[in-house]
Amino acid sequence: MGRGVRVEGMLFVPQRFLCLGIRTQLLKTVSSLRSFRFSALATMASKHKNAKRIEGLDSNVWVEFTKVAADPSIVNLGQGLPDISPPSYVKEELAKAAAVDRLNQYTRGFGHPALVKVLSQVYEKICGRKIDPYTDILVTVGGYGSLFSAMQALIEEGDEVIIIEPFYDCYEPMVKMAGAKPVFIPLRDKKAGNSASSADWVLDPTELASKFNSKTKAIILNTPHNPIGKVYTKEELQLIADLCIKHDSLCISDEVYEWLVYTGNKHIKIATLPGMWERTVTIGSAGKTYSVTGWKLGWSIGPQHLIKHLQVVQQNTLYTCSTPLQEALAQAFLIDFKRMDDPDCYFYSLSRELEGKRNRMAQLLQEVGLKPVIPDGGYFMIVDVSALDVDLSDMVEDRPYDYKFVTWMIKSKKLSAIPLTAFCGLETKEQFEKYIRFCFIKQDSTLDAAEMILKKWSKQTA
Amino acid sequence: MMAQLTGNCNEMEAKMSRPVQAQRLEGLDKNVWVEFVKLAATYPTVNLGQGFPDFSPPDFVKEAFVKAVSGENAMLHQYTRVFGHPALVTILARFFGKLLGQDIDPLTNVMVTVGAYEALFCCFQALVDSGDEVIIIEPYFDCYEPMVKMAGGTPVFIPLRPKTPAPGKLMSSGDWQLDPAELASKFTRRTKAIVLNSPNNPLGKVFSKKEMEIIADLCVKHDVLCFSDEVYEWLVYDGKKHIRIASLPGMWDRTITIGSAGKTFSATGWKVGWMFGPDHLVKHLRTVHQNCVYHCPTAAQEAVAQGFQREFEHYGKPESYFVQLPQELQQKRDRLVQSLLAVGMKPIIPEGTYFLIADLSDFKAEVPNLPDCEEPYDSRFIKWMIKNKGLAAIPVSAFYSTAQKRNFDHLIRFCFVKEEATLKAAEDILQQWKLKKTGP
Repeated sequence: MGRGVRVEGMLFVPQRFLCLGIRTQLLKTVSSLRSFRFSALATMASKHKNAKRIEGLDSNVWVEFTKVAADPSIVNLGQGLPDISPPSYVKEELAKAAAVDRLNQYTRGFGHPALVKVLSQVYEKICGRKIDPYTDILVTVGGYGSLFSAMQALIEEGDEVIIIEPFYDCYEPMVKMAGAKPVFIPLRDKKAGNSASSADWVLDPTELASKFNSKTKAIILNTPHNPIGKVYTKEELQLIADLCIKHDSLCISDEVYEWLVYTGNKHIKIATLPGMWERTVTIGSAGKTYSVTGWKLGWSIGPQHLIKHLQVVQQNTLYTCSTPLQEALAQAFLIDFKRMDDPDCYFYSLSRELEGKRNRMAQLLQEVGLKPVIPDGGYFMIVDVSALDVDLSDMVEDRPYDYKFVTWMIKSKKLSAIPLTAFCGLETKEQFEKYIRFCFIKQDSTLDAAEMILKKWSKQTA
Repeated sequence: MMAQLTGNCNEMEAKMSRPVQAQRLEGLDKNVWVEFVKLAATYPTVNLGQGFPDFSPPDFVKEAFVKAVSGENAMLHQYTRVFGHPALVTILARFFGKLLGQDIDPLTNVMVTVGAYEALFCCFQALVDSGDEVIIIEPYFDCYEPMVKMAGGTPVFIPLRPKTPAPGKLMSSGDWQLDPAELASKFTRRTKAIVLNSPNNPLGKVFSKKEMEIIADLCVKHDVLCFSDEVYEWLVYDGKKHIRIASLPGMWDRTITIGSAGKTFSATGWKVGWMFGPDHLVKHLRTVHQNCVYHCPTAAQEAVAQGFQREFEHYGKPESYFVQLPQELQQKRDRLVQSLLAVGMKPIIPEGTYFLIADLSDFKAEVPNLPDCEEPYDSRFIKWMIKNKGLAAIPVSAFYSTAQKRNFDHLIRFCFVKEEATLKAAEDILQQWKLKKTGP
C-alpha cells in the first residue's frame, strides 16, 4: 500500500490481459486506486496544512508593493528604503570586520560584546540610568526581530494588546501569531481633515482609557511614528504611562526613528518616565540609525526581568545575529558616542539632512495642490489625495481607495507610494483611505525625478 | 472605602503574581551553548567545543563579501527581497536543482533564512500545531526539542542504537543504527513530521540510502512531513555519499531541505541559511518568516551567491571548496582519533560532519571523583576539564532527551574544524594528561 500513492493512476496493462473478465477487474483496481489516491490527497492536504498560529497572516503589503515598485523606471517613494549612501566610515568598518578571521564566526548569542557594551554606554547617557550590557540588552535581526522576540516572550492567548492606528503593519499579525487579541485605537486629526502637521494627530484620553482592562498585557507605542511622523510629547506619553501603571500593563516602545526629530521637537523615551523602566521594552534599529536597512540589526533594551525572556526566545529562534555586522556597528557607534555632544554626530547630522528633504517633499506636494501632513519626525509623510479627484471607477476590484490610487499612480505616473490603509485595522479603513505615504529618505536625484513627475501632474490637473 | 481598597490591592497582587512571560517559553530557558560558550570564554582553553572553524572562510568568499560592502552598489546596504536576495535564490535553485534532478523555482521553492536555525524555527512554527507529534532521532542537535515544544508539539524520540563493531575495528558512527520496527512503532495518527539530520550532529553519522528509504517509506505511508537538516552535506569522508532524502520517490512533496552558508563556507558568523521544498509547504514558511525577521541581511547573501556561483563552475573538480574542505577535515579527524586513542579515550569515528564523539567509560576511572549531583557526568567532566586541563568539549547528554540523558552521559563531543596549531595544542594537553596518569 505504501507505494500505491506514487503510482499516480498510471497502470501499464499488457495487451494480452485485455479480455473482458480481467479487464473489469483491472478497471476496478484502477478506480479503487484512484479513490485511494483522492482520499490520500485529501489527507495529504490536511496534513500539509499550516499551523493555526499563521492562519490569515499570509498577505503582506510590502511583498506586494515592493514587487511592483522594483521596476527601475518607477520613482520609488514607497518602501522605507534609503537610497542615500550610509556614511563611509560605517561601510569601512564592515569591510575591516570581514577581514578578521574570528569575526566571521559565531559570537555571543544575545549580542556581540563590543556592540552591547557601546549600546549600554549610548543609552545610559540618554536615559540617565545604569544599563547592564549583558542582562538589559538583546541584539536582534532588525527592529522587526525585537518586536517579534518581545511578542513571543511576553504575549499569549488570552492577552489583549493595544495598537495605535495607523500602525507599522507588522504589529497586528505579530500580536495574532502570539495568540492574543489586538485592540485598536486611532490617532484622530484634531483639525478634522485639515491637518497640516503630525502634531494634529492625537489620542482621545477617554477613548484610550476605555481600551485598557484587566486583560491588557501591553500597549505598542511607536514614536517617532510611522507613517504619520508624530513625535509624542511628554504629556501624551504621561497619559499612556499612567494607564500602563494603573493596569499593570507593559509597554513595547518602537523607537527606531529616535534620532530623526526635526526642529522644535524632542524625542522622549517613555521608559524614562517614573514607573516605566520596569515595564517597558524599548526597541532601536541600526538600519534607521545609520541608513543601513540591509544590515538588519536592532536591539531591545529594558529591565532584566523582561529582557531575559526575550533572550530565551532568541536562543530558540535564531540563536545569534551576524558577527561582522555587529562588530562594524559597534565601531560606528563608538565613533558617534564620542561626539554625542557635538553637532557633527551622525545622529544629528542625518536629522538635519532629512529635515531639508522633508521640507522639499512638502513643497513639491503643495505645488500639486495637495496638503501634506508635515511630520515632526521619521522619514515618511502622509498626504490626502482625494483633492486630486482622480477617477478610479474603472478599477473594479474591491479594495480601499488608497490601494487603487497607488496602483493607478504607479502605472500612470511612474511614482510609487504606500496606501495608508495598509497601516490600519479593518474598522478604520474608511477614516484613512484618502491618504498615501511617501518616503523622503532619498537622494537628490530621486527627489528631482519625483519633482518632475509632480510638476507635470499639476500642469495636467490645472 | 477600606473594603474597596482591599479589593483593589488583591486584584493588583493577583496581576503581579501572574508570570510576565508567555507559557510557550515554559521549560525552554536552559541552553547548552549559552552555558558552555560562556565557560570556554571565561577560562583560557583550547576550544574544541562549540562547532565553528577557527580558521578563515575561503578567500573567494571573503573577497566577495568585502566587494559587496565596499563596492559601488550602495544598495547592498539596504533591504533586499524578503524571501531571499535574487542572486542567491537563483543560484541555489540552479545548484540544488541539478543535484536533486528536480526543477526548483527560485521564487517559490527556495527561501533564505537567518542561518539554518531560523529555517528550522520556520518549519516548526509553520507546520506544527498543538497535539502534533514530531519524531526526533537521538542524539539530536539540541534545538529541535525546544522548537517542537515552543510550537506546541510533542517530541517523540527514537535512539540510534550502537552495535558492537567487528573485532579489531574501532566503532564508527555507521555502527549506530535505527531499529526499523522500533521506528515504525513511533509513527502514529498524530505524527506530523520527522526531523532528519544527516550528516548527524553530534555523532557524525551519514545515513545510507537504505536507511533513508526506510524513513521515506514510513513518511509516505503515514503521510508525514520530513524536515531534513543537511547543513553538513559537504562534510562526508571515506568516500561516503551524502543522500538527499528529498530526491527519493514520493519525498519532494513532503520534505523541507535545510542548508547553511556557515557550514558550507566556514563562515558561521554570517548567519545565512536556506531551505527548499514544494511551494505548498514553503509558502507557510514564508508566512512565518515575514512575521518574524522579515528580511535577511543583504551583503552576506550577495557574497554567498558569488561563492555558490564559483562552486557551481568548479563542481566536482579538485579546486572546488566542497572537495578540498572534506579532504582537509578527514585528515584532521584522523589525527584527533589518534590523539584520543593514545590517551585512552575511545573515539567513535564519524563518517561526516566536523564532530567526533569520544567514549569516556574507560578513561573516567582516571579522573578524580567528581561530586555527585543532578548534573550528568559528561557535563561535570567537561567543566572540570575546562578548568583543570584548559580543553573544552561539549557533553553529549545535551543532545539527548531527559529520559535518555543518564544512559549517554559518558560521551563527549570534540569539534575538529580547527587549524593545525589548535589541534596540536589539544594533542599536547592530552599527552600531558596521559603522562600524569601513568607517571612514575
